[in-house]
Amino acid sequence: MTGDGDPRDPASSAVDRLELSWWVDQGMRVLVFLGGVSAIVLIIAIFVFTASQGLGFALERLDWGQFLGSPKWRPTSSSPSYGALALIAGTASVTGLAMLVAIPFSLGAAIYIGEFATGRRREILKVAVELLAAVPSVVWGFIGLRIMNPLICELFNVPVGLNVLNAGLILGLMAAPIMTTIAEDALKAVPDTYREAAEALGATRCQVVFRVVLPSAKNGLVAAVLLGVGRGFGETMAVLMASGHSINLPTSPFDSVRALTATIATELGETVRGSDHYQALFTLGILLFVVTFCINLAADVIVRGIRRKP
Amino acid sequence: MSLFARTPLDARYRRTEKLVRILCGFMTVLLILPVAIILATLIWRGGPALSIEFFFTAPTDEMKSGGIFPALVGTLWLVSVALLASVPLGVAAALYLSEYAPDNWLSRLINLAIINLAGVPSIVHALFGFGAFVLFFGFGTSILAASLTLAVMTLPVVIVSARESLQAVPRAFREACWNMGATRWQTIRRVVLPNSISGILTGVILEVSRTVGETAPIMFTGAALFLPFLPQSVFDQTMAMSLHLFNVTTQVSGVPEQVSYGVALTLIGIVLVLNSASIALRMRIRGRKKW
Repeated sequence: MTGDGDPRDPASSAVDRLELSWWVDQGMRVLVFLGGVSAIVLIIAIFVFTASQGLGFALERLDWGQFLGSPKWRPTSSSPSYGALALIAGTASVTGLAMLVAIPFSLGAAIYIGEFATGRRREILKVAVELLAAVPSVVWGFIGLRIMNPLICELFNVPVGLNVLNAGLILGLMAAPIMTTIAEDALKAVPDTYREAAEALGATRCQVVFRVVLPSAKNGLVAAVLLGVGRGFGETMAVLMASGHSINLPTSPFDSVRALTATIATELGETVRGSDHYQALFTLGILLFVVTFCINLAADVIVRGIRRKP
Repeated sequence: MSLFARTPLDARYRRTEKLVRILCGFMTVLLILPVAIILATLIWRGGPALSIEFFFTAPTDEMKSGGIFPALVGTLWLVSVALLASVPLGVAAALYLSEYAPDNWLSRLINLAIINLAGVPSIVHALFGFGAFVLFFGFGTSILAASLTLAVMTLPVVIVSARESLQAVPRAFREACWNMGATRWQTIRRVVLPNSISGILTGVILEVSRTVGETAPIMFTGAALFLPFLPQSVFDQTMAMSLHLFNVTTQVSGVPEQVSYGVALTLIGIVLVLNSASIALRMRIRGRKKW
């Protein structure tokens, strides 16, 4: 910069403006960079804050054998025991049933929308699936409690309709639209030249789909399923309201169970801050975080696998 | 014999083809139909509860009657504060990923962090919000703490959709601008953002819809079962639509069914209207785009 030029001197004010815009550019570059790394900072912060509340207890006082091997979750009894096995079994059974429902339906729907449906019908179905994915989980829980519950009681002649079946179906309906969307994206990622080449050889639509498109979209489809599992695993309100919320090792779909997430949601409000019970709930949170983190990581690695290929 | 006569093999292929098509179509319909039925049930049973009075009065008689006004106002507070926090941050992150970041380990790490941020269970977000905003930063159980928790949780929605609409702006637009001597930021400010703003808006609407429906993250961070007054500042607690639905369904006994159906219908109505608006906007942009 060449001194304080006369503001009426056009050359000098142009230099000033250039300099100013250079500084603005540098400033914005830093700000935008901070925004960019915020996602990393936040995910680390989530782990640190959850761990800092629960890790002391998890490492020092928690009996891990009991935690993973005993179904007795009795944090408020006079001799408290923290066995999470029943909670893990509850989450696993509900998620498992949900996937049993969601995987075939979401893959079928993805194939139909992606490969068979055309034009207007395709657009309408895509919008419908997108709207389905938007229904909030508390509304799904309400549906499980108020609509599915009496329905299951009547259909299967059981006293309580809040059980693995109910929560699994609700969770399946919840996860299916998301899985459909991701699976359809995976199908769309298969280059059209593959389809054209197969059709030129005389393959029918069906053969193109099952022999060419599905095998080359395999990784993306696996990722879709994994993300669905992750979603089911971490779902809170719907499972809390539809599963019956009683501690049980389920032996049939008509048993009520309690999920890891639901336990945190109902008990955190009643605990004394810093108590063993409070820290045990944060330990469950760490467990949930680590498992979903691994699932998401695996999905990402698998998807990256297809991108590597030319 | 004609060259194109149908052979038995050909006929078999056609049959399989038809069967698969019908089966897949059937599955799609089965996916959508239950929800359509459920929605109809909600409208049928909850519709009669809705009235101007229902929307604009507070719950009375231990929530057994009255309306949902404080919950609606509370949700508005939560969403507004959450947007103030997450939209600038999310758009900045999207700008970094789309305009600045080279394809290196850092941008891959950011992408991974975004995927994980979206995949972390909502209840873990609640634990984080409680540990960080309520305790560590000392906001207490307040709208501020709840909104920030919601903002963190819905941040990936903004980032992903904003990044998509930024990347949809052709590279030639930027190059033309750079060649005129504009800085990177001037290019973004004058060319990239104006061309992608409506796309970003669709993402923001989606985020609003997500924020309205989330329940678990606000349970311990700022939402209350019942408050006789409306929140006056971001440091007050508030009622919220999503938690109100949970409460009238499970926590408070003796609430007439019609009231809980009414709350559910209102909540799902808000969410579906917002999502439809976002989809409609997206389609309009797609139709209008000249490049």
